[in-house]
Amino acid sequence: MGATMLQYDVVVVGGGNAALCAAIEAAEAGARVIVLESAPEHMRGGNSRHTRNFRCMHHGPLSVLTDTYGEDEYYDDLLRVTKGQTDPTLARLTIRQSEACLPWMEQHGVIFQGSLSGTLSLDRTNAFFLGGGKALVNAYYACAEDLDVTIRYNAEVLHVDLSDGRFHGVTLADGEQIEGRAVVLASGGFQADLDWLARAWGPGAENFLIRGTPYNRGVVLRDVLDQGAQSVGDPTQCHCVAIDGRAPKFDGGIVTRLDCVPYALVVNRDGARFYDEGEDVWPKRYAIWGRLVAAQPDQIAYAITDQKAQGLFMPPVFTPIKADTLGGLAQALGLSGDALEKTVARYNAACQNGNFTPGVLDGLATNGLEPPKTNWARTLDTPPYYGYMLRPGVTFTYLGLKVSERAQVQGTHGPLPNVWAAGEVMAGSILGQGYLAGFGMTIGTVFGRIAGQEAASHAG
Amino acid sequence: MLDNTPNLQDEAARQFQICNSCRYCEGYCDVFPQLFALPEMTEASATHLANLCHNCRGCYYACQYSPPHEFDLNLPAVLAELRQDTWERHARPQALARVFHSHGVAVVAAMTAGFAFVFFLMATLRPESGDGFYAYLSHNAMVAIFAPAFVVPLAGLAYSLRSYWREIGGGRITWANLRHMSGSVARMKNLSGGAGQGCNFEQGTRYSNARRYAHQATLWGFVMCFAATSVATLLHYGLGWEAPYPFWSPPKLLGVPGGILLCLGTGALTWLKLRADPELGAARVWGGEMAFVLLLFTVSATGLALYAATGTTAMPALLALHLGAVFAFFVLTPYTKMVHGFYRTAALLARR
Ligand SMILES: Cc1cc2nc3c(=O)[nH]c(=O)nc-3n(C[C@H](O)[C@H](O)[C@H](O)COP(=O)(O)OP(=O)(O)OC[C@H]3O[C@@H](n4cnc5c(N)ncnc54)[C@H](O)[C@@H]3O)c2cc1C
Ligand code: HEM
Ligand code: SF4
Ligand code: SF4
Repeated sequence: MGATMLQYDVVVVGGGNAALCAAIEAAEAGARVIVLESAPEHMRGGNSRHTRNFRCMHHGPLSVLTDTYGEDEYYDDLLRVTKGQTDPTLARLTIRQSEACLPWMEQHGVIFQGSLSGTLSLDRTNAFFLGGGKALVNAYYACAEDLDVTIRYNAEVLHVDLSDGRFHGVTLADGEQIEGRAVVLASGGFQADLDWLARAWGPGAENFLIRGTPYNRGVVLRDVLDQGAQSVGDPTQCHCVAIDGRAPKFDGGIVTRLDCVPYALVVNRDGARFYDEGEDVWPKRYAIWGRLVAAQPDQIAYAITDQKAQGLFMPPVFTPIKADTLGGLAQALGLSGDALEKTVARYNAACQNGNFTPGVLDGLATNGLEPPKTNWARTLDTPPYYGYMLRPGVTFTYLGLKVSERAQVQGTHGPLPNVWAAGEVMAGSILGQGYLAGFGMTIGTVFGRIAGQEAASHAG
Repeated sequence: MLDNTPNLQDEAARQFQICNSCRYCEGYCDVFPQLFALPEMTEASATHLANLCHNCRGCYYACQYSPPHEFDLNLPAVLAELRQDTWERHARPQALARVFHSHGVAVVAAMTAGFAFVFFLMATLRPESGDGFYAYLSHNAMVAIFAPAFVVPLAGLAYSLRSYWREIGGGRITWANLRHMSGSVARMKNLSGGAGQGCNFEQGTRYSNARRYAHQATLWGFVMCFAATSVATLLHYGLGWEAPYPFWSPPKLLGVPGGILLCLGTGALTWLKLRADPELGAARVWGGEMAFVLLLFTVSATGLALYAATGTTAMPALLALHLGAVFAFFVLTPYTKMVHGFYRTAALLARR
């Protein structure tokens, strides 16, 4: 076993947004900091690498944000998506501190851009990173290097020594030990550990795709929970969306999403419909479709559109399967042609006359169909037909560490004196279920900064 | 109809499709907003976007899909290859473009041939009398050599640009297009990273304006040198005021600072290019590009040296070197990296 013992003021476990915000704050406070990132350099930055924006409270225009987005409106938006499953104190703290984060991020090299084409509705609430999350991560690494933070890649932490209820050091996968006066845990969720997902979800989880980094396997989370750290959140909860079935198993990121569902018929492996595709506009529904598909046989579904729907949604990254007849399409998709034709015929017969208006709830609903399609229900009859394969894509898991307002991790007998946590690994403290676009990066930035400041002042 | 490598077009289309579903890089440059506004990708659009790209590399370092990710995104490289392909395809004769674009040695050989040619002229055509360097080569002889060496290549380039313009469907040029183009060129906006932070070149993931400023020095230095020569020609024929010109004269006041800018600019571009990753450009033409930068450097450095050597015995040799480099530069214009400025200007002018 490598006998070298290195002593740091603050050991940061993880290398994504939360970890880097903590490392930068701690180094600016004068601490000697080491960042331990399990990924190699080209994969650094975890899921933060895949993000595009963060949600920010503000009074009056701020940088690229327009108008005003106040605390109460922000909080109401959060309550709506979490159905009340949130810690009001921590949630309001996060929201309030988000406003100061934006200028802090700019000072540390993050550049913002106006909201991306196709997302206009977000230009008041969400500030977009120029170049996306990887550019943000690059800026923070450069900033940390300038502050003399030691950065280690390929440095997977296997064990965090919490004996006697306080932090002493970490053990890396190669056996090396690193000591520190304080630790910030910022190692993300456990969604890349498919066995863990399968324990929570059942064997179907083997068919899930993981949208982000393969390195968030929850090793550190498991390790500290086993040592008595308190958890929050439901292990069976994860943010799961319907994505293109041809996406890579890991790390496919944003481009694998499919936005065609509201203008499609969605059938399962047996060619049968199972849910109202037109229930609401897509930004409000995409997050439930992951679970819906996960509940179907083989965890797979197929969205079918005809020529009329082309151009109504963001272009998908994989060219859809195309055929001139429904039978041909079914064959190309590996479905029963009979079943698909019957489903479509029944649906077409239930469609009614009316005005079709994409983008808004147009009330164009089927009549007497089960399940109904309550908006955008136009007949599917104009070849060529297009088929898109859907699979559940996991964004992140909710089970995490319980933290205080000072980001301190809670043990069996109260707070652990020199252990802090930030980002996805503690997001369950705030998000019990549901998700608000851009809130993950807000939690990571707010709590990363708090954790870094607290850890540095403890060590100093 | 188009005889360019289909693989290159397919590869560009593949990468564009990924970007179109992502859009994170929208704010870096003009390429992305134009890409996202396209109803569908065609070869002509891809060619146009390739020539619009300024190779700032922002979209490579920011991309979560850059290699070794299986999506293998490297837009700066594929667009550089496609641009290169455009330039070689529209050049006449194409073979010359292929040789000089990709082989630095060929550029150096042409430059050497230029020196030898001017030495030969000076040895055989030495005038009876004349002031300054006209003592070695008469004004008329210079005009007789350089006028065609300038006009013929430019005519060839004009032909190429016209065929490029037709391919991309450039359309009629409006005032708005002209304004957009001149604003973009003057500030080299597409090398600014969108927010003035610069591009990713010699420092990898960190932004820097070094290349943008070095290019400004090169561009404006070149324009001043060119203006100096044009003004001198006007003075010569219009006012009968002949070289050598004193320091306080329009040709010198343009030429000396212009030469210094061009020298510093190309020197800096060389230094930067040695530090950047060749795989984010058209790697196969790296040598030809480098030789082109050095050719410009030689033009400016020998020009300045010639001025400094006025009245010394080094003058005739420096004159031959300078005129030889200028000669090679002119003749090679349609076949070297020099075309980039013309094509990019055209892309900035095209219908959006
Ligand atoms: C495709 C996609 C798009 C998203 N878009 C957005 C968005 O636009 N806005 C938003 O707010 N949120 C978005 N999210 C959610 C967002 O990514 C997360 O909320 C946020 O990145 C969490 O940051 P973090 O620092 O906690 O975790 P991460 O960024 O995932 O970082 C965790 C780090 O820990 C490292 N690590 C893991 N285990 C170990 C170990 N044992 N030892 C050492 N290091 C370890 C990992 O390598 C990684 O560097 C998106 C997620 C995905 C997948
Ligand atoms: C007028 C419009 C011009 C535009 C829009 C333009 C744009 C650019 C851009 C974007 C680059 C960097 C990317 C690349 O290497 O392709 C570049 C490189 C360069 N340009 Fe220009 N340019 C212009 C004119 C000129 C002129 C007039 C000169 C000098 C004669 C010049 C000399 C150079 C040189 C030497 C390089 C470096 C080549 C290299 O590194 O390989 N440019 N130009
Ligand atoms: S280069 Fe990469 S990050 Fe940028 S738009 Fe394209 S896919 Fe997205
Ligand atoms: S290299 Fe720069 S100019 Fe070219 S497409 Fe990418 S961001 Fe735009």
